[in-house]
Amino acid sequence: MSFERPRRLRSAYSGLTAHGESWVWLTGGALAMAIAMITGLLLFIVMRGASTFWPMPLERVELVDGRQVLGEITGREEVGQRVEDVQGDPAAAAGPQRASAVGIRMARRLVRTANFEITGNHYEWFDEPKIARTSLPEWATAVERLEGGRFHGFPLRLVHATENSTEVVAQGPEKTWQAYEQLHPAFRRRFREAMHIDKHQRGVLQRQLRAARMAVVQADLDRGRKSPAYAAAVEAEATIAGRMQKQSAILDGQTARLREQNAGWGVEFETASGEKRTLPLDSIVRGWQPNRLSTIGKLGVYFSRWVEFLWDDPREANSAGGVFPAIWGTVAMTLIMAMFVAPFGVLAALYLREYASAGFLTTAVRIAINNLAGVPSIVYGAFGLGFFCYVLGAGIDEIFFQPSLVADNQPTFGTGGLLWASLTLALLTLPVVIVATEEALSAVPNSMREGSYACGAGKWQTIRRIVLPRALPGIMTGLILAMARGAGEVAPLMLVGVKKLAVDLPIDGTFPFVHPEREFMHLAYLIYDVGFQSPNSQAAQPMVFTITFLLVMIIALLNVTAIWARSRLKRRYVSQQF
Amino acid sequence: MNNPADRLVAVAAGKEVPSEVHQQVLDERPVLEIDRFSLWYGTKQALHSITMPISHNKVTALVGPSGCGKSTLLRSVNRLNDLVPSVRITGDMRLNGDSIYDPSMDVIDLRKRMGMVFQKPNPFPMSIYENVVYSLRIDGENSRGVLDEVCELSLRGAALWDEVKDRLADSAVGLSGGQQQRLCIARAIAAEPEVLLLDEPCSALDPIATGKVEDLIQELRGRYSVLIVTHNMQQASRTSDYTAFMYLGRLIEYGPTTEIFTKPILRETEAYVTGRFG
Repeated sequence: MSFERPRRLRSAYSGLTAHGESWVWLTGGALAMAIAMITGLLLFIVMRGASTFWPMPLERVELVDGRQVLGEITGREEVGQRVEDVQGDPAAAAGPQRASAVGIRMARRLVRTANFEITGNHYEWFDEPKIARTSLPEWATAVERLEGGRFHGFPLRLVHATENSTEVVAQGPEKTWQAYEQLHPAFRRRFREAMHIDKHQRGVLQRQLRAARMAVVQADLDRGRKSPAYAAAVEAEATIAGRMQKQSAILDGQTARLREQNAGWGVEFETASGEKRTLPLDSIVRGWQPNRLSTIGKLGVYFSRWVEFLWDDPREANSAGGVFPAIWGTVAMTLIMAMFVAPFGVLAALYLREYASAGFLTTAVRIAINNLAGVPSIVYGAFGLGFFCYVLGAGIDEIFFQPSLVADNQPTFGTGGLLWASLTLALLTLPVVIVATEEALSAVPNSMREGSYACGAGKWQTIRRIVLPRALPGIMTGLILAMARGAGEVAPLMLVGVKKLAVDLPIDGTFPFVHPEREFMHLAYLIYDVGFQSPNSQAAQPMVFTITFLLVMIIALLNVTAIWARSRLKRRYVSQQF
Repeated sequence: MNNPADRLVAVAAGKEVPSEVHQQVLDERPVLEIDRFSLWYGTKQALHSITMPISHNKVTALVGPSGCGKSTLLRSVNRLNDLVPSVRITGDMRLNGDSIYDPSMDVIDLRKRMGMVFQKPNPFPMSIYENVVYSLRIDGENSRGVLDEVCELSLRGAALWDEVKDRLADSAVGLSGGQQQRLCIARAIAAEPEVLLLDEPCSALDPIATGKVEDLIQELRGRYSVLIVTHNMQQASRTSDYTAFMYLGRLIEYGPTTEIFTKPILRETEAYVTGRFG
């Protein structure tokens, strides 16, 4: 029997695929691409969003046909036409920029001309060959008004008109502007005060009266018209109505006095085209001369516009003013959603992982939950509307808010609102929390559980004292993901309570402080609304990016807070052994 | 029986063999009596009718090759095997006369009477202090005075007090491996257990930490009834009063450590403890 050496099966050569250098490049390249895309996205949003409020110079654009406009040059683009093609136009031929422009494609500039009531436009394109000259006049003033958009012009004088005479308080741009800066804050304060009275104090009265009226309807429904309770309610309503009338008269007096003080005062401006307009002093939100301002002055304008943006109510179909109600609504909804989703998700995952015995049913439930995470969000919106609003909400209205339904045909909970929106999103993000919690629970070493049982702890004691604290950082991760997803969701919210404009905040200082039935504003919906539903879309466009920037910042802030809490927990519970 | 492994060959062939139990063991006062205890994982029998008394306030070592059922036996004492589905048992154990597998015995009450230390140190994710007083906390004891006293006594008992007395509020997971294991012992003795179960307590430790834990077991002797599973013959001979040799789920020989290691009844035992087999 001879021993034969087996044939050599393995080659001594290891190819490139074995060493894997090419795959290092491929995988590294994919990562680099992903990072570049994400940073690019963030940079784009930050740059566009953060620059919106910077005061741009106001240029006087003189056209070859003699027309003059004053505005911010916000864009420039090359168009298909060649300069030669427009040379037949005598006006263009005379343009001083013609010579330099020969042979290249013609460009045009987008100028924010403002003065909508005069020109009928907020923005206008000008072909460069038709621009004779541009300059930066010192006293060019940009004015943000309460209504009608921007106004661009030169201040002439500050006047105080009474019934039969007009008193000129200051004349000439410098004096006028001095006087304006001196007087304007007081006028704005009085204006805001009057607004506040109209909006809030009257609102409180109206709510009281409505409550009394509802009590009458309730008494009617419960006891009938002949009952003493009904009579008492009617009497109470009459008392309140009387009191309200008195108080209303007082408020009328107050607002009339405030408005009286403001009436007649105005700043007269001359536009670049020579027209004169007097703007009421209290309708001016802010005015500035960008060409005169130093960098510090521009920073002042920049930050004052940010402050208004963050703290004020929106104006002009959301394209100007602030977005405070939307910030408030977004944060309130996200937090309420987290309050619902966290306990439900964690408890459900606890049962699945700690109590349920492994088997077909458990596996099926787990797969179903995973699939739930992939359901399109609008489906949740439809469910929220159909079940929460029309079934649950309508049921609540039937039982607790019948008078409103009967007397005003007005649903309270039977329509979209903060509570229903939060619940819908809680449902939407539930799978995320359950899956993350389950993973966190399964990552807790079994030796911990056994150690606890060996000490004589029961199942729940072990879960509460050992398993949950140890799994908490992982649970927090799930919650962070859920919150980030919920805060950025739009589609389902449109069905269950987010509105274009809802100035009454869902959480405010009036009893009972939290108003879960109120409709609210939401930043993500606002982006859509401002970007695509605004009558003045070019002016609104920068706002789109600013709101996007803000939304990103708010989500980042929520996440950073949660991550900070998680890292604290981690340090406490899960440092490495050995 | 000429071949030193005759009895072991018989065991491997599935035959039942008698256990050799020395008289000295039977003369001791038992804290725990294991009585014809058998255990199955599904259809696989892991323990074969084991009968052995564990002596009061003595250290009893369980030795034997891997898979012989030492840990299973230990985990059966505090019924941790209940957590494993498909476990079935016959026979019984008695802790100071109380039947452990009696259906009326509450498993949580039972575990409160024992302490257990595992192979890998498993400090809980909480402070050193809370780790030690864990068993009191779950009983609802919240008086600071009682807890402080138990904490100090237990940590002194586990020879850890001097090392950690200044950082009781620190996380226990920050301790070294040996310190963690002694902490687990402190946690186990804090509940004044009737029997202390040690499941290879030094197998995940370096030699220095092992030395400290062995010293500690020496100190516990005489104060606690200790049942220790070990792979290390030196450890068994150094730390224990009695040694039981197990093989494939059977108790082969059980007697005073000195006798098991110097003049065992069976040559199989001698072969194992001297390292010629296993």
